[in-house]
Amino acid sequence: MGSHDRDDRPSRRKALECMTWAGTGVLWTVAGGVPASLGLIDGAVAQQAKGFAFLQISDSHIGFDKPANPNAKGTLEAAIGRVRALPAKPAFMIHTGDISHLSKSSEFDDAEGIISQARLDVHYVPGEHDLVDDDAGKLYKERYGRGSKGAGWYSFDAEGVHFIGLVNVVNLQAGGLGNLGAEQLAWLEDDVKGRAASQPIVVFAHIPLWTVYPDWGWGTADGAQALSYLKRFGSVTVLNGHIHQVMQKVEGNVTFHTARSTAFPQPAPGTAPSPGPMKVPPEQLRTMLGIATVTFQQNAQRLAIIDTPLQG
Amino acid sequence: MTSVPVRSMALLAWALAAAVPARAADAAVKIANFTFNPAELRIKAGTKVTWTNEDDIPHTIVSPPQVRSKPLDTDQRFSFTFTTPGTFKYFCSLHPHMTGSIVVEAATGSNVQ
Repeated sequence: MGSHDRDDRPSRRKALECMTWAGTGVLWTVAGGVPASLGLIDGAVAQQAKGFAFLQISDSHIGFDKPANPNAKGTLEAAIGRVRALPAKPAFMIHTGDISHLSKSSEFDDAEGIISQARLDVHYVPGEHDLVDDDAGKLYKERYGRGSKGAGWYSFDAEGVHFIGLVNVVNLQAGGLGNLGAEQLAWLEDDVKGRAASQPIVVFAHIPLWTVYPDWGWGTADGAQALSYLKRFGSVTVLNGHIHQVMQKVEGNVTFHTARSTAFPQPAPGTAPSPGPMKVPPEQLRTMLGIATVTFQQNAQRLAIIDTPLQG
Repeated sequence: MTSVPVRSMALLAWALAAAVPARAADAAVKIANFTFNPAELRIKAGTKVTWTNEDDIPHTIVSPPQVRSKPLDTDQRFSFTFTTPGTFKYFCSLHPHMTGSIVVEAATGSNVQ
């Protein structure tokens, strides 16, 4: 495993020097837009990376207590435990929404108490479950929306990568999919205008921006419009949650990826009567929940996403 | 959850029994498997419709501008009395692919029963 110390101070330098993952997952490397699975990573296989790494967690659903997982707090704690155990500290974390199950203050409090133990900056976007308080998202905006535009969208730069957090869970229309809306699209177009096409772009939002399965609402109605503004960029990575399972697709220079939930799994598209929480034997649950790390290796123009279940 | 069919039948029986009096009947919509059942419900004006969520995930009932429920967690209910004739399309604002409609007919002339 090398000579990682256990210093938890924020040290990007260590992340730059070495990215090691101890766990089990599928490592994807993407070179020139073509993904190649390097197979299962088992135990202490190290991935050297001259880049920087950040983490994605999603769909904590704090407050969920149904049979599919009566202890969503416990599995979020396990996920954060995995984060803390990383030998190389990631630069920061993104959370792609559904922090809470019913937008209750107590649920946000509990989530914050657990997630803060990772001792990382966290960049959030809301899921539909985070905006169902009486004031339709006031609690979320107060806690997570500082400095954001509109319903909570924003962008920032880190290590030369441009990160864009989008909100596609507001003003959903009957019979429709996720929705960004005209105001947000105009902001996005302006946000990326004038940027060098060589700058890597990471877009993150709750509902998949591409159409995964419209019968279950798994897609974003105006997602293609958003992606049209990003066509000219050489490296675009789209990170989503919402569907509680790993899915990946590559289209040109765009890599789409969804993360596991830390709370409960959902069925693969069309394999069940509905997308509701999937009850699995208790010993299987933690193999279907997890987190994702994303590593940029900037000079090599490679990007690696590693999905890691909580167990197995 | 095994008691669900019994409860639904009881509600149905209640709705049928209550159809005769001057007081409008109550009606029920079940939410299960991300579906409103029945998807289309025909009622007389003045009928109170109660939705019950039988899923393990919250749902809402939204029919702008009149009807907007709070999120219903498992086994929670929401009721709304429709007084104006017309067709009210509604959906779940959390899962907008879930849609349904309430067709409200004028209460007058409804005493054929």
